[in-house]
This record gives sequence, structure tokens and C-alpha cells, in this order.
Amino acid sequence: MTSAHLSLTVAAGERRTILWTRLLRRATPWLFSLPAVVFVAMFFGYPIVQNVVMSFQEYTTSTFYSGAAPWVGLANYATILSSYLFTTTLVNTALFTVGSITFQFVIGLALALFFKRAFPLSGFLRSMLLLPWLIPLIASSAVWKWLLDQESGALNQFLGLFGVPAVPWLVDPTLALAGVIGVNIWLGIPFNVAILYSGLQAVPKELYEAGSLDGATGWKAFRHITWPNLRPVVSVVIVLGVVYTLKVVDIILGLTGGGPANSTQTLATNAYNKSFVEFNFGEGAAISNVLIVVSLVFALVYLYLSRREPSE
Amino acid sequence: MNLTVRPGAGGARAGLDPRRLPMTALGVLFLAVMLFPVYWMVNSSLQSSSGATTRDWLPLDATLSGYAKAISEQGQNFVTSLLIALGTVVLTLVVATPAAYGLSRFRSRGASTFVLVLLITQMIPAMVIANALYPLFNQLYLINNVFGLILANTAAGIPFAVLLMRAFMGSIPRALVEAAMVDGAGQLRAFLSIVVPISKNAIVTAALFTFLSAWSDFLFALTLTSTPEVRPITLGIYDYISANTQDWDTVMATAVLASIPAALLLIFAQRYIAAGAVAGAVK
Repeated sequence: MTSAHLSLTVAAGERRTILWTRLLRRATPWLFSLPAVVFVAMFFGYPIVQNVVMSFQEYTTSTFYSGAAPWVGLANYATILSSYLFTTTLVNTALFTVGSITFQFVIGLALALFFKRAFPLSGFLRSMLLLPWLIPLIASSAVWKWLLDQESGALNQFLGLFGVPAVPWLVDPTLALAGVIGVNIWLGIPFNVAILYSGLQAVPKELYEAGSLDGATGWKAFRHITWPNLRPVVSVVIVLGVVYTLKVVDIILGLTGGGPANSTQTLATNAYNKSFVEFNFGEGAAISNVLIVVSLVFALVYLYLSRREPSE
Repeated sequence: MNLTVRPGAGGARAGLDPRRLPMTALGVLFLAVMLFPVYWMVNSSLQSSSGATTRDWLPLDATLSGYAKAISEQGQNFVTSLLIALGTVVLTLVVATPAAYGLSRFRSRGASTFVLVLLITQMIPAMVIANALYPLFNQLYLINNVFGLILANTAAGIPFAVLLMRAFMGSIPRALVEAAMVDGAGQLRAFLSIVVPISKNAIVTAALFTFLSAWSDFLFALTLTSTPEVRPITLGIYDYISANTQDWDTVMATAVLASIPAALLLIFAQRYIAAGAVAGAVK
């Protein structure tokens, strides 16, 4: 073996090492993220694709034994769209979402403005306000079911002091949705206060000082300084609120189970019923897909809004 | 992302001004209204269900019989929930921490696409996921399985954990990591010995939120279990209320016990909680 040949192999080996190092360096960022990518692909990518597939199949309990899931084309969609329940759930979902978001936001903003004016214990009181948000949703549902109980609930007990007869909050089909919305408002207030409060903190103090010189105080200061500066945070809070509210299942299943007479049935609880009570996974998947399309529309709005604004 | 809680506007001086005590009184009133359901939960957990149909406003005749029954009926379920929540925290951190670092340090088109995907996954209803996971888990024998629930909760927790930690890790000076690599440390060593210790606060915040959401998980528990053997505490509560039980002291005692982690975190980890609440929306 000549020395020239030897040095050539060394060079080739070196080049291979350099190539390998370069490849590794290129791959490193992905090696760090790889497990997360796998998880997301398996638990978000796969289910979304699988739901689309199942929505075109007759997928029922027998599928679990026989493995047979015959293709039925658009039959699942036809069934759910023509069902009298679909309109009801769509209307309920809209009312539930709009009702919850409106009041959560207005009350949340009022409280955030209140706590912005520092006073003794304001920090402590504000953080205690987060408690309802941290408690398991199903535990809150249990408490509210008890509070709203017609015979022995604390709310009717309290109203009784003023001579109001017992109200059937969760058992009357005309009242149940309002009751469920009320509970969801209570649950959402802490989150709204937390985000809006931090948004208020980010409004430069100098603006208020300059504004007060021009006579902008109180409502004027809110309209011309606070609100315009808070707008980006407001859009994010509202869109996130919508997306989170569309997902809600715990509260409704806990409080009413979708009843009475489907008066609190939403897209999400209906999808649950189809798949996990009636074991009709094909129709459940079809409803899920409607739900996902609605959620994604709002997700895109959120992304658009949060991209347009500086993120800090 | 600033992971410490900023003091209120006006700072401590205005916060101690005694002339503002009427505001404090009003604040206490608002808080009392908001926290009344929590009070009522504790109050009725301490009053026997037998006898009167309504409860006293104060638990003057306090009894712990509700708790005794809650622990005897739900004790096993508490252990199950704890196992699931702890398992989820460990697995989520193992997967999410390196990912957060990878995404914050190496910017590329692929990385920003993945961040976008993570943002979107947070908005996908868990119901949709559960609908497709059930058939899959059924084939993999992961129904009625603690590990199956850990996997599902981990998947649900990863996007938030990654986004939260990535925001923090992006603020670590590059020079710090590069100095370690000049000293001969590889990427992995630099990550473990420099990035992880510096990011302690962000990691703790991610861990706390992952724990809380896995502990509170209801939907995966509801859809991916069917037997009494594996039954997280959230399902224990659901079984009570869907059976229209009138044994409210037991139900409320169970709810109080299920809320203990939340209360502890609020008392001992307040700054992390406030930071996480904001990070969730602002990314």
C-alpha cells in the first residue's frame, strides 16, 4: 500500500466523518424534538385521520369483535345532519358559547380593572380568585349540581329567604341551558381576569399620565387609552374562550348529562353519546368532524390575531 | 416571557395606602361571591346528609363521616389518580423539555411549523381525540389501563409544556450554551448541565400544570375505562352525581379531597400558577 493511497483513504474517511458530523449537527434539533413529534403524530395526527376514515364507515361494537367496518359513504353525515337533534345541538352550542364568553369577558374585565387599582391585599385576593379555575371541573360540576338542586340546593334556600318559590334550575328544559351557561361563566371568570389583568399591566403608565394632563380620566381614559391598548389581548382571550368553550364536556355531562330532553346537548356531548353510549363510532366521528371544523375556524382566527400582534 | 409575577401598578406604596381599605372590603366581597361554591363544598362536606333536607350556612355540627365514607369508597381511586398524574408529569417532562430546547435553539422552517402544529393541537377538542383513541387502545389492550391513561394525558399535556418552556428557553443567552460546548460538552451535555438547571422555574411551572390537568382529567378517564379497577377520582365523582345520589356529604367530601392539589398549588406555588395562566394565552 503506497503512502499516497493511504492518505487518500484517510482523507475519504475524514470526509465521511465530516459528512457524518454535519448530518448529525443538522439532525440534532430534530433529535431533541423527535419524541414530541412522535407523540403529536400518534395522538393528534392519527386520531384526526382516523376520525375522517371512521366517519365514512359503519363502525359499531361488532367492529371490535369482527374487525369489519363496511364503507357507507356519506350515510353517517346524512344521518346526523338530517337528525332533529343536530339543529338543537348546533343552536345549544352557539348559545352556550356566546352566552358563556360574553359574560365571562365582561365580568372578567370589570374585575381585572378593579384589581388593577392596587389596594391592601389586592394581590392576595386576585390570586385566590384563581381557585375555581384550578379545581377539577367535575368537582365543580358536583358542587353546582348540589347548589342548584331544586329541593335542598343553597341557591333556592337563599332565594327562599325572599319568598321566591323553589326554581327547577337543572330539571326544567327551558331553564337548564341557562343554568349550565351560568356555571360555565363562573368557571371562566378566573382565566379571563388573569389574562386581562396581565394585559392591563402591559399598558404603559406614561400614557395615563399624559392622558390625565389632557383631562382623560375615568371612562375617557378607558375608552381612549386602556381599550385600544388592550385590544390584542381582548381578541386572544375571546377566541381562546370560544375554542375552550366548544370543547366543554365535563360540566354538561356532570350537571345535566345533556338533558332534560336534550335541552343542554351540544356538539361535544352529542359526539360522546353517539360513540360511547350508543357505540356508533361512525356517527360519533362524523359529529366530531363537524366540531373540529368549527374549532379550527376559530383556531385560525386566533393564529391570525396572535401573529399580527407582537407576542409579548 | 417573563416568568415572575409583576407587582401591581403603583407598586407597594399604593398597595399599603390605608385610604384604599374600602376597595379591599369590596374586593373581599367579590371574592366571597366567587368562592361561595367552594365554601359550600367544604361546608356541606362537614354536615351529615341524614335528617334535614337543607344544610346550615355554617358547619356548627361538624362531622367527618362524609370523609370517612369518601375515603373508604374512593380511596383506591385517589391512588389511581395520583399514579396517573405523577406518571404523566414524568413522561411529559422527559418528552417536552428537550423538544422545547430544540425548538427554541435551532430555528428552522420545520421548527416553526411544528410550533404552529402545537398551537393548533391545543384547540382540538379532547372528545375528537378520544373518539379515535378508543378503537386504537382497544386493539393495544390499553383500555382500563393506567399506562394508557398516562399516555393519553401526556399527549394532551405536551403542547402546553413545550410552548411554555420554549418561551423561557428562548431567553437563555446563546453564549452560555456555546461556552459549555467550547469546553468540550456535546449538545446533550450542554442541554442537561446548562439549560435544564437555568430553566428550573419554567420546568416547575410546566410540571405543576401537567399535574393539575392530568389529575383533573375527566374525558379520557370516562372514555378509556369501563371497569371499577381503573377508576380515577374524577370518575368516582361523576358516578355519584350521575346516579343522583342524595348522599351529598360524601360527594362533597370527595370533591374537597379532589381539590386538595389545586389548593396546595395555589398556596405554595402561587407565582408559578399566575405565570402559567398568562403563558397559556400569550405563548
